Amino acid sequence: MTHYLEFEKPLAEIEGKAEELRAMARENNEMDVGKEAAALDRKASELLASLYQSLTPWRKCQVARHPERPHCKDYIEALFTEYTPLAGDRNFADDHAVMGGIARFNGRPVMVIGHEKGNDTKTRIERNFGMARPEGYRKAIRLMDMADRFGLPIISLVDTPGAYPGKGAEERGQSEAIARSTQKCLQVKVPVITVIIGEGGSGGAVAFATANRVLMLEHSIYSVISPEGCASILWKDSDKMREAAEALRLTAQDLTQLGVCDTVVAEPLGGAHRDPDAAIKSVGQTIAKILDGMAKTSPERLRDERREKFLAIGSKGLAA
Amino acid sequence: MNWITNYVRPKIGSLFSRRDVPDNLWTKCDECGTMLFHRELAENLNVCTNCGHHMAISPRERFIALFDGGKFTEVKVPEPIADPLHFRDSKKYTDRLKDARKTSGEREAMLVAEGEIGKTPIVAAAQDFGFMAGSMGMYVGNAIVAAAERAVVLKRPLILFSAAGGARMQEGILSLMQMPRTTVAVEMLKEAGLPYIVVLTHPTTGGVTASYAMLGDVQIAEPNALICFAGPRVIEQTIREKLPEGFQRAEYLLDHGMLDRVTPRGKMREELVQILRMLLRQPAAPAEDLVNKVEVPAESDAK
Repeated sequence: MTHYLEFEKPLAEIEGKAEELRAMARENNEMDVGKEAAALDRKASELLASLYQSLTPWRKCQVARHPERPHCKDYIEALFTEYTPLAGDRNFADDHAVMGGIARFNGRPVMVIGHEKGNDTKTRIERNFGMARPEGYRKAIRLMDMADRFGLPIISLVDTPGAYPGKGAEERGQSEAIARSTQKCLQVKVPVITVIIGEGGSGGAVAFATANRVLMLEHSIYSVISPEGCASILWKDSDKMREAAEALRLTAQDLTQLGVCDTVVAEPLGGAHRDPDAAIKSVGQTIAKILDGMAKTSPERLRDERREKFLAIGSKGLAA
Repeated sequence: MNWITNYVRPKIGSLFSRRDVPDNLWTKCDECGTMLFHRELAENLNVCTNCGHHMAISPRERFIALFDGGKFTEVKVPEPIADPLHFRDSKKYTDRLKDARKTSGEREAMLVAEGEIGKTPIVAAAQDFGFMAGSMGMYVGNAIVAAAERAVVLKRPLILFSAAGGARMQEGILSLMQMPRTTVAVEMLKEAGLPYIVVLTHPTTGGVTASYAMLGDVQIAEPNALICFAGPRVIEQTIREKLPEGFQRAEYLLDHGMLDRVTPRGKMREELVQILRMLLRQPAAPAEDLVNKVEVPAESDAK
């Protein structure tokens, strides 16, 4: 069963009716519902197109967090071969909110790192909903360091509500782990490519997203704070998340204007969850193109370019 | 009367007139409740004379006490574009900025200066919690980059005093981008072989802690400073239990291996001079250099 978002309710009705008709026809062979069902399908796809043509920022947040949206694990399984997960931070634990390891991308060895949210209750708990603890960032640091030593490009897939705000995480130095991870991103002399596949939640995202190129899926978001959090702090009312989502400029489109996002990867109509294979495929094609484009850049230049890029961010605001 | 009484006195009037309570010569310690006379409090660097509680101190007051003779030169910070997102919550961001400028008398939430401490040339940056909770936006990012660049040009160490509620939400993603930007600044110092010392003061939280404030060669905190990534309230809401006493305070972090030292404000200058001179492989500072003797400029007495 498709999971419909709140704003997709009218669509759910139409698609539900079409499905009902078809079910009736299956039970009763004499009924010919082809025409009616096709008309409903047409209506549904028109509605879908119009809904997704101009999603408000808050709706984009909902799409970005859609439970059926392809997650890191799906991308790794589809785009990489010989994926060999590498576990642990050599200090305390292995954080299941962060996946990572060596793998081949179009035959070429790379290091892939990403947040994984899980896709059912069991895996969501196991993955801590994609909220990493210090161990996750320290594992990432270890893997990035290894990638740097062996000259493997780093591909990071970002999808997190944020770093985990827990007691143990704080005790074990959540802030230091994030800071060091960002620092490691800025030190490596290999290409770093980040794809924000869903939610880019604050510092927990930056730790993996300090890249030469930052790609965002069309309906993904990247923000300093969640709209709910921002609403409760600035509006003193967490129900004002729509206004906050608007004000924060967290969409891929706004972030392109601000120079934070380099490339927007188009999603299938109705969002990545409606056709995960197509969404994953276009991400793969975009990464391949960008990697090829960086093939001739020297290691020092790759690092310096990354630093210059971040230093230059902020030189342009949004048009008035 | 010692040096600071002499020197700071003329500043007191201006300080109190633009801070919380005009006409009030007494400040109540928010820890022990003791009423503290303004002159005594300033003399003690805003540390309660009764219980040792460290109250906020503005970057300017801090620099006067830090630099030799209270003398320093401000380092110019490139002005970022104003209100890049045209942000408005219940109030316009530009109005919030205007208010903060009026009440603090400062341009923004960070002050950068160069000068000498114990005859050791340094660059220093201090964050101002009194200015929109010290929040890290583009200006603060520019200030840290400018401080690092200046330190590299002058081949001097950088001392950074952090204090912030986190990122400046009104600048959205551009405030978040100060995490990598300030980290680039830290890398500049590192590659130039220059010491970078962070003094964490109350409170240092969020994206600030998770970037430049945790990347010092030496990490020193003021006593009882709250230092965290996620604030205690957020954690309590997440885990639904009460947090232990002293959680995320400087001493707690020291115990958990996240800091090198917890040092009271009154001892900080001396300690910084000693650490810096050792890291720079310079001879020990003579005892008289460890005490800040401020020559009172004639005109400030006249004010």
